[in-house]
Amino acid sequence: MAATSTTNPPPPAGDASGRSLRQLVLGRKDVQDLSDNEQELPPDLMTVNMGPSHPAMHGTVRIVLTVDGERIVAGDVQPGYLHRCFEKESEYATYTQVFPYTDRLNYVSPMINNCGWAMVVEKLMGLTGHIPKRAEYVRVIVSEMSRMTDHLTCIGASAMELGAFTPFLYFLKAREWLYELLEKVSGARLTHSYVRIGGVVKDLPPDFDAELALCLDQIVKIMVEVEGMLNNNKIFRDRMAGIGAMTKADAIATGCVGPIARAAGVDYDVRKDYPYSVYPELEFDVPVGTTGDCYDRYLVRIEELKQCIRILRQCLKQIPEGPMMVDDPRVALPAKPATYNTIESMIRHFKHIMDGIKVPAGEAYAFVEGGNGELGFYVVADGTGRPYKAYVRSPSFVHLSTAAQLIHGHLIADVVPIFGMINMIGGECDK
Amino acid sequence: MSAKVLDALQAAHGSAIESLESQHGDAIAWIKRDHLLAVATWLKDAPAMAFDAPVFATCIDRLDWRPQGVPPGPQVYPATAGWTDDGARPRFEVVYQLRSSTHRHRLRLKCAVPEHDPRVPSLALLWPAFNWQERETYDMYGIQFTDHPDLRRIYLYEEFVGYPLRKDYPKEKRQPLVRRDDLPMNPIKTEAGGHR
Repeated sequence: MAATSTTNPPPPAGDASGRSLRQLVLGRKDVQDLSDNEQELPPDLMTVNMGPSHPAMHGTVRIVLTVDGERIVAGDVQPGYLHRCFEKESEYATYTQVFPYTDRLNYVSPMINNCGWAMVVEKLMGLTGHIPKRAEYVRVIVSEMSRMTDHLTCIGASAMELGAFTPFLYFLKAREWLYELLEKVSGARLTHSYVRIGGVVKDLPPDFDAELALCLDQIVKIMVEVEGMLNNNKIFRDRMAGIGAMTKADAIATGCVGPIARAAGVDYDVRKDYPYSVYPELEFDVPVGTTGDCYDRYLVRIEELKQCIRILRQCLKQIPEGPMMVDDPRVALPAKPATYNTIESMIRHFKHIMDGIKVPAGEAYAFVEGGNGELGFYVVADGTGRPYKAYVRSPSFVHLSTAAQLIHGHLIADVVPIFGMINMIGGECDK
Repeated sequence: MSAKVLDALQAAHGSAIESLESQHGDAIAWIKRDHLLAVATWLKDAPAMAFDAPVFATCIDRLDWRPQGVPPGPQVYPATAGWTDDGARPRFEVVYQLRSSTHRHRLRLKCAVPEHDPRVPSLALLWPAFNWQERETYDMYGIQFTDHPDLRRIYLYEEFVGYPLRKDYPKEKRQPLVRRDDLPMNPIKTEAGGHR
């Protein structure tokens, strides 16, 4: 170790013109060599592009930041880089063909989108409340599993963006177990297209109950570990607490729903306030935060994961036996043996597939509690097999519209946790 | 629940209403365009209404609306609301869906908009959530929201020609992106409302 000298160091050797050795070697002045005027930073505001290809921008959104030094003065959030014309394509697809498109809206929780679309068409056809009990329970089971994958991804990815890589790996492992189970149920890992108008496409696999129960037990263990790593982690709390806070009044007026609104103290959950499916038969709590900042959003999501596990365990106990599809020839395909052996069923099958389900003229708006809040579909039907207009009320789009307000006055580094906790899903936001 | 809201609306703003209907339990009120802002303000502020939470805003293009399986008559959808004197139905309907977080009721406001004059008063100053929703509606349908604080395209780029969700925009249509330097790159630096 070099001993520290108490005397001032000798002046650096220089040349005759007074330039220091450092200047001679480096070719420029050092900060302390500058006069006071020169040391001041330029007072102009600077424009910085964040995204659309930025690791923390979750794929595809661009924020044009106007910064004063490191502080954000204004931000213009520009979505649309993932716009795939969901609404235009839906107008040209039969009602059943829209299901694969809804898979690609919120691709972290596709089952909930499936259920939402099925519910709006059922509302138009007057089938709400006539869906077989077992099918409703299966819908709730797959929806809650999807909600878990949504929250696991959101928390895991946000923690990773703040430097905590282990929770990300743990949660993605848990998410993969759920995806594997959903793959066994539907045949596809990510884009399930499992729900149909009037029910679901097929029954659960035979050993599903035991596998889901085992999976939930393992996830409970993982959540204990991840909460231990994050909840009182100083770095995590410093980055999350007090960042991107929103008042209750703001959350309501800006249309926020789901975990973001609940973190701000808005007690609104579609499953409780406008109960649908078999949620009235299930017992669960709606967590509500107080501060409305990123840390409360994290805590609300963690608590919702626990409530999902609670709902799923009740469903496994309560699920009855029964058919998976409503017995209504308008929406249900004829049984396969009848299709192959009778001409009437053959024709009905053909018309069903080629012309689509005939939905009577009218309009309806149906909504479910998605991973990010109220996910709704507004459909105008004209009596044909294809929707005249299909509109999706995507919570991500509404939440992203508050981002400019949330990041105002924060540092550029704070955009990352704020954006992570908004949990913008590009497919859903950009439609 | 929905009937109560419609009755109160009829009592308070009877002259501003073209018609009221209820479909599948959803309350729908057709409002005259000139009265939309006044009715919306009342819906937000009246304690018995308290529609504090906006849900969505969009538009319907009725260009090739030919409903099938509906017997002709007064019940033909849409109702007679919004028909102009010459019998031609206005092409567009702007739709606002509202929710009350205290009373839990919901209401859909509709406003008929003719093609030659696609203007609607903006509700973005009443409910901030409609800022982006109206931008989306403008982007997709070309509806001009008057007094909107920042009306520009949101999903598509400024150079895009046409409004893709209109029924006369072909689904297969492609158009090249021709860069135009006269359009604002960073709207923050331009003066407010100075563009489009």
